[in-house]
Amino acid sequence: MTPSLITANALLEGDVVYLTAHGHWARTMAEAEVFTDEAVAEERLFSVNPAEVVGAYLMPVSLTDGAPSPVHFREAFRTRGPSNRFHGKQAEGY
Amino acid sequence: MYHYSDFDRAFLATRNAQFRAQVARRISGELTEEEFKPLRLMNGVYLQLHAYMLRVAIPYGTLGSAQMRALADLAETYDKGYGHFTTRQNIQYNWPKLGDIPDMLDDLARVGLHAIQTSGNTIRNVTADHFAGAAADELADPRPIAELIRQWSTDHPEFQFLPRKFKVAVTGSPEDRAVTAAHDIGLRIVARDGALGYQVLVGGGLGRTPMIGKIIKDFLPEADLLPYLEAVVSVWNSLGRRDNKYKARIKITVHEHGLEEIARRVEERFALIRPTFSGIDQALLADIRAQFAPPAFRAAPLAPYEVAYAADPIFRAWADTNLARHKRADHAIVTVSLKAHGETPGDASATQMRLLADLAARFGYDALRISHEQNVILPHVARADLPALHAALKAQGLATANIGLLSDIIACPGMDYCALATARSIPVAQELAQHFDALKLEHDIGPLKLKISGCINACGHHHVGHIGILGLDRAGVESYQITLGGDHGTDLALGSRTGPGFSYEEIVPAIERILRCYLALRESRAESFLEAFRRLGLAPFKAALYEPDAKAKELVHAAE
Repeated sequence: MTPSLITANALLEGDVVYLTAHGHWARTMAEAEVFTDEAVAEERLFSVNPAEVVGAYLMPVSLTDGAPSPVHFREAFRTRGPSNRFHGKQAEGY
Repeated sequence: MYHYSDFDRAFLATRNAQFRAQVARRISGELTEEEFKPLRLMNGVYLQLHAYMLRVAIPYGTLGSAQMRALADLAETYDKGYGHFTTRQNIQYNWPKLGDIPDMLDDLARVGLHAIQTSGNTIRNVTADHFAGAAADELADPRPIAELIRQWSTDHPEFQFLPRKFKVAVTGSPEDRAVTAAHDIGLRIVARDGALGYQVLVGGGLGRTPMIGKIIKDFLPEADLLPYLEAVVSVWNSLGRRDNKYKARIKITVHEHGLEEIARRVEERFALIRPTFSGIDQALLADIRAQFAPPAFRAAPLAPYEVAYAADPIFRAWADTNLARHKRADHAIVTVSLKAHGETPGDASATQMRLLADLAARFGYDALRISHEQNVILPHVARADLPALHAALKAQGLATANIGLLSDIIACPGMDYCALATARSIPVAQELAQHFDALKLEHDIGPLKLKISGCINACGHHHVGHIGILGLDRAGVESYQITLGGDHGTDLALGSRTGPGFSYEEIVPAIERILRCYLALRESRAESFLEAFRRLGLAPFKAALYEPDAKAKELVHAAE
């Protein structure tokens, strides 16, 4: 499969989060667990705790020296925040 | 304006307490997202790209200064110091936290505002002419019936789970500033034999399948308004396509069954339910009307305005673009532009909102309006006060003289905020405004409606822009389609697509080619872009867009 990670929005804050290998939700993509085995990815997605996040899904990434970066521009915007104002992740030091 | 009764306040308090409990149950895990989502949507809460979003209704676009101050307080207390006025006379907060939203709703309730039915498959916030109660050409103020419809539709038990959303717009002027023909129901106040009534349009809408509303009733007597609306929504509620969300809106129902058949069913339903309306609605309407009595206008001399107009070119430029004719000669309708070049269309900071509230209290009989074109209106200002008003606006970056010009752009939030968007629209609007400002072409180009949507749902009304831009995702790249010749006015018209789209980097130069073509081919400065387009058709603009080096030059030279 295309390397992928699991992303969602946090329940309380609504901000973008990524699932780590330890089962926690991180605020930055760099901390995310990257899946290359579809069965494993689907299993992890299925076991996401719905009390913590909203709308979890698999998001394809490209890998440079093992570090993931978004394939689609929508996902690139989600790592930063809006382009018209310096708000969101770009302003929060992520 | 309308002031809440004890009944209204009690209703809202109960509703807000219910939603507070629903939010608590979602946070504790008692409710799943699947269970919670329809509940939060009915209360205006979306989950967007980067955060939750709260959409607050500004019914028929009318606000007083206390309400505007409350909106500013909300922006500062719970958000990042600003709000975004939308194309449906709502305000959106882009960064609330889920746990804070019940407090926000309680704060809003204190000033008679709410977020009920600003989303979901319900009858949405009723919109109206933003010059209502002030326009020189008005037959009657449309806001009393808009308020009646708000009360009738809020929590209407039959209409909480409609096939899709349902939008109603009303106008009381022959010049349609409320885009009524692009709504599920459009109501136009008309006169016949000395009595006022309503022309009813049905099945209009933009979005994926744009359609212009059709007249289902040429003259509806005043007292029949609510039973007739109820009959229309009821017929659609039974027939509407719940199997396919893209075919669920009433425009498709009307298209599939035909206007005649829908009208027949509506009349049948109307005959059945009309007797159940005992007249209480009309008594209520009379009470509402009394609350919309015009303010006690003060007679004011014209001289201070005339002196400033003659002496100050900056004031003159602003007066020429941002003022509209009031029903009284010694007053004017002021449109405050939220489109300063390079800023986000429709955004206002808490400071700006407070200034607008202060100015409304000081100069404007405490009246404010929000237009679907994402500007703020002071509907009643004595002309004598305009120089002082202009000076105060200028100090807060609110005196941009661009109403009706290129940079007075409607733009949806697009992919900078919206989870449904397929491309960005705000930065395209920002760049277009800055680009043409730098070229100093905006005033030369003259009247122009440029409208941008970041997806096919068309919140940015691109179909009815003289120039419309639709942002799409084409194989993982933002691509912008152009339509030309749309018209949002009384004779609503949908624009024609020029051809293949342009990339993010190409879209501003593409719009420049269209406008340079217009400047070269217009008969005179008096011929607007839309008029020139209607005379010339799509061909020369298409050539300028797609064969800029060949055919366009030829055409331009021929015209010269």
